[in-house]
Amino acid sequence: METYYNPADLDKFGDMGKDAPELWNAFMQWYGKVFQEGALTEREKALIALAVAHAVQCPYCIDAYTKSCLEKGSNTGQMTEAIHVAAAIKGGAAMVHGVQMRNAAEKISF
Amino acid sequence: MPAVITPFDDALKSCNLYPLRAAGVATLQVNVGKKCNQACHHCHVEAGPNRAEMMDDAVMERCLRLLKEERIPVLDITGGAPEMHPRYRDFVERARGMGAAVMTRCNLTILREPGMQDLPAFWKSHNVIVVASLPYFRREETDAVRGKGVFEKSIEAVKRLNATGFGVGGSGLTLNLVYNPAGAFLPAPQEALERQFRAELTKSHGIAFNRLLALTNMPIARFKDYLNRKNAHDSYLGRLAGAFNPVAAENVMCRSMISIGWDGFLFDCDFNQMLNLRVNHGAPFHINDWDQGVLAGRQIVTGPHCYGCTAGQGSSCGGEIS
Repeated sequence: METYYNPADLDKFGDMGKDAPELWNAFMQWYGKVFQEGALTEREKALIALAVAHAVQCPYCIDAYTKSCLEKGSNTGQMTEAIHVAAAIKGGAAMVHGVQMRNAAEKISF
Repeated sequence: MPAVITPFDDALKSCNLYPLRAAGVATLQVNVGKKCNQACHHCHVEAGPNRAEMMDDAVMERCLRLLKEERIPVLDITGGAPEMHPRYRDFVERARGMGAAVMTRCNLTILREPGMQDLPAFWKSHNVIVVASLPYFRREETDAVRGKGVFEKSIEAVKRLNATGFGVGGSGLTLNLVYNPAGAFLPAPQEALERQFRAELTKSHGIAFNRLLALTNMPIARFKDYLNRKNAHDSYLGRLAGAFNPVAAENVMCRSMISIGWDGFLFDCDFNQMLNLRVNHGAPFHINDWDQGVLAGRQIVTGPHCYGCTAGQGSSCGGEIS
């Protein structure tokens, strides 16, 4: 069955360099540096990436950063907590927009 | 469709390391037998309680003679659980008497077996370096690799070793722990992992160790069966090959050691031993035919599994190598 998301497509990521190689190279250079150890460790950055991957619901990123987290020494307990953080922010973001609902309702209500 | 993996020798050629040659014999790694009190998922030896292979007296005596006559500085004893060999203690004592540093590979749970409780004291009296398997600092991962209940027993064993002085600063007694991934992925960088292990093990269990050695799971034997069951063999091998590191290749352990099987056959490493790939390329392949000059510069026998030692930061029986 065909789907929009195909695991094999992850290996074709580099195809995005076709037609715009300069932009691609700049992106990849920046991307690589982002994940290098700095004020945060590579392991911590991989956990953030995993959480964001869930927030943006990117199956490619989930696949890639699950492996990356394990290969940086994280365990499924830490990874699950990272996803809870993403879920809490997503849920919190929905909830806090409720204030806008209340504001909008107030404007047109007695 | 199976992934196309560059032959390992071609990877060596790409960094001018072909043919890979030994640069001496600094370590004699001796596998005294395949009997073990455990049967772990990742075990490349496929060791277990029912394995009967044991080194006989003649081969053991020949190993000791080699240590003395060739002045090989390090004896690395492995198995199975080497402590289950009936002449294990005699072997350690005599090797130490000859001045060799002795490293013993320990699965930790062996310390609970009958007749093994005094091992820490024995190791202390001979200043043996203990290299102990602890796949992770959490129960979940450790038990997944080594069997249910192993984590608790391992922690208890490390506490006993600590109480004897092993791994404790200033004691002069070395306890190194060995990590290996709980699945089909590469190990984390050793130094970062060591920091994590030290913090977690100190906080949760109050235990100490000297160094953490990060080992890659080799795609052979039991672990290969696991990869095949998960349909992950090709992707794992591709991952290892894709992470080929020339610096790690230059420092692979086979360049400075020889692995001796329980039956006296010679191998470039413990993994070749389990694949029955004996020393070759014109070098003698049995201990009875030992020729130090030839073996010290022999060409190493390689295969796709060698990517396991050259991926990322590299892997060896001594941990990361680049």
